[in-house]
Amino acid sequence: MNGTGTAEEATSERRTGRGGRRPPAPPDAAADTRAASPAPRKSGRVTGASGTAVLWGGGLVVLALSIAVAITIGPARLAVTDVWQVIVARIGGGESGLTAIREGIVWDLRLPRTLLAAVCGAGLGVCGAVLQSLLRNPLADPFVLGVSSGASTGAVLVVVLGFGGGALGLSGGAFLGSLVAFGLVLLLAHSAGGTTDRVLLSGVAAMQLFSALTSFIVFTSADAEQTRGVLFWLLGSLASVGWSEVAVCTAVLLAVLAVCLSRAAALDAFTFGAEAAAALGVPVQRVRLLLLVATSLLTAVLVSSAGAIGFVGLVLPHAARALVGSGHRRLLPTTALVGAVFLVWVDTAARTLIDPQELPVGVVTSLVGVPAFVLILHRTGRGRTERRGASR
Amino acid sequence: MSLRAEDVSWEVGGRLLVQGVSLSPEPGETIGLLGPNGSGKSSLLRLLAGIRPASSGVVTLDGVELAALRRKSVARRVAVVEQHADTSVDLDVLDVIRLGRIPHRGAWSSPRPEDDAAVRAAVAHTRLEPHLHQSWHTLSGGERQRVQIARALAQQPTELLLDEPTNHLDIKHQLELLTLIVNTPVTSVVALHDLNLAAMYCDRLLVLREGLVAAAGTPSEVLTEELVRDVYRVRASVTPEGPDGRPAIRFLRAEGSGTTDAGCTRKAISR
Repeated sequence: MNGTGTAEEATSERRTGRGGRRPPAPPDAAADTRAASPAPRKSGRVTGASGTAVLWGGGLVVLALSIAVAITIGPARLAVTDVWQVIVARIGGGESGLTAIREGIVWDLRLPRTLLAAVCGAGLGVCGAVLQSLLRNPLADPFVLGVSSGASTGAVLVVVLGFGGGALGLSGGAFLGSLVAFGLVLLLAHSAGGTTDRVLLSGVAAMQLFSALTSFIVFTSADAEQTRGVLFWLLGSLASVGWSEVAVCTAVLLAVLAVCLSRAAALDAFTFGAEAAAALGVPVQRVRLLLLVATSLLTAVLVSSAGAIGFVGLVLPHAARALVGSGHRRLLPTTALVGAVFLVWVDTAARTLIDPQELPVGVVTSLVGVPAFVLILHRTGRGRTERRGASR
Repeated sequence: MSLRAEDVSWEVGGRLLVQGVSLSPEPGETIGLLGPNGSGKSSLLRLLAGIRPASSGVVTLDGVELAALRRKSVARRVAVVEQHADTSVDLDVLDVIRLGRIPHRGAWSSPRPEDDAAVRAAVAHTRLEPHLHQSWHTLSGGERQRVQIARALAQQPTELLLDEPTNHLDIKHQLELLTLIVNTPVTSVVALHDLNLAAMYCDRLLVLREGLVAAAGTPSEVLTEELVRDVYRVRASVTPEGPDGRPAIRFLRAEGSGTTDAGCTRKAISR
């Protein structure tokens, strides 16, 4: 599971530097400019159906190009055309014209890894956007309901204590752990009245509990090597992922995205709270449960495959809102696109910045994410003062 | 027919917030809900909107129980304006008004011409054209209430339920807002604190005390010195000097507290 020393590094091809060290494009640039100059409210915001179509079309092109270019970056020298030839050869049959080892680097290592980065970025972004609206909290993220802490406890139980007797992999343990944590949050929230605040507080309680359990198990039982492996995974890592993970994550992402989009109007209705949503004809309890379960399931699947990649789900929905506004029909697909492109580049940075070592991708997202997080805090803080000023 | 409450009660945690209240507004009427804090005005509005189920009794819409209707069908008929609607979401006035079309739209459909028409009509009725692209967070309290009423009108309701819509507004905005509500061609039920405004603008009044109906009828029938004393526990003189001979209420100082009040005033002035 540990990302260092994969076959790719073993190929010992000379780095050429061509196209390497490309800094990840900052997707929240729009949010920054908007925060700096609030005067014309809609400046830089994409509006109208045609504008959205152009944005999504352009986003898909950028995503495809990002994936293609990101695959060429790394110790093995590759061109975009090589990537294309391998994909065509593998899907359409025939010869790629590349050596088996180079074809392997594209098809077995970098392509699934980059695709999973895109899927994780999209999924975490969508989950974050939905939970922020549903829980009416701009600081909510996909892990706010304890899913990631539950996953870490599950993973630690399997890796350190050998829980499941080898039948469960780290991913399986993580998935079960996250479901247990989420189930506990739902139970707690339900018994406490089921309001938005209770859901959030239950999530925080579960997060604390499972983090403590994880630390407890690591401190009492783990050896240094196990600790390092678990720690690396906890911080999020896309190293050594295969096509099966890509397939499962993509399928779940598409299903959950469809569910969330079908409830886009209901999510809009939550803008002024659950009672206002009910007054707008939304069956609040049912929609809330459906969306909580759907997003938590997606988060659990992503976390079991790639670890708890932080900040993507917190920051990118805000960047997407700055682009297209808060209507969820436009926001959710936009968040997915922005998240996918963002994580493709962040992962590329994570595996090349301190080459031949690899950084956990969660470390890089946080390095980018913390300044953005501060900006969000700053913005919400300023919004409050504005409102106080207005009511005076 | 329209919206009717028949002997509805609502019990929460062993406490009766609403007890056996009946209400049947005529179409187009404006009904004022009066009563001290905690008398059950907001609770009754929630029951009428179907946001909460009644513990006993029924609320019906054209003779059909609210509980038997889909939430969406209710929201197409009954719109609610809350006391303090607020959000941390960054959106503009038009975005808020468009929320009113949610009950009329399918899960996947984009806005149709009738949605745009309803939004335009609501904007025109509330005269919000100059503010359409202003951010919600930069609006004053009066503008926010007007936007919420526009959102409610965009729902094209037959009944409008408003919970103390004039709270925290200056007197000019209070008068403007109530004029707007009265001139809206829908049945309105408005919870109010200001007895004079209720007398001026409402066709009929329902006074609640501890969840029970204390009085019901036209403003002249309901607003008497006795009622104000019994329900609000303050002394008042009521004269038929309001518009069209409606009652005008002047509150008097509580007996025996004159000196304390004067002391307070002096202190306030000398400060």
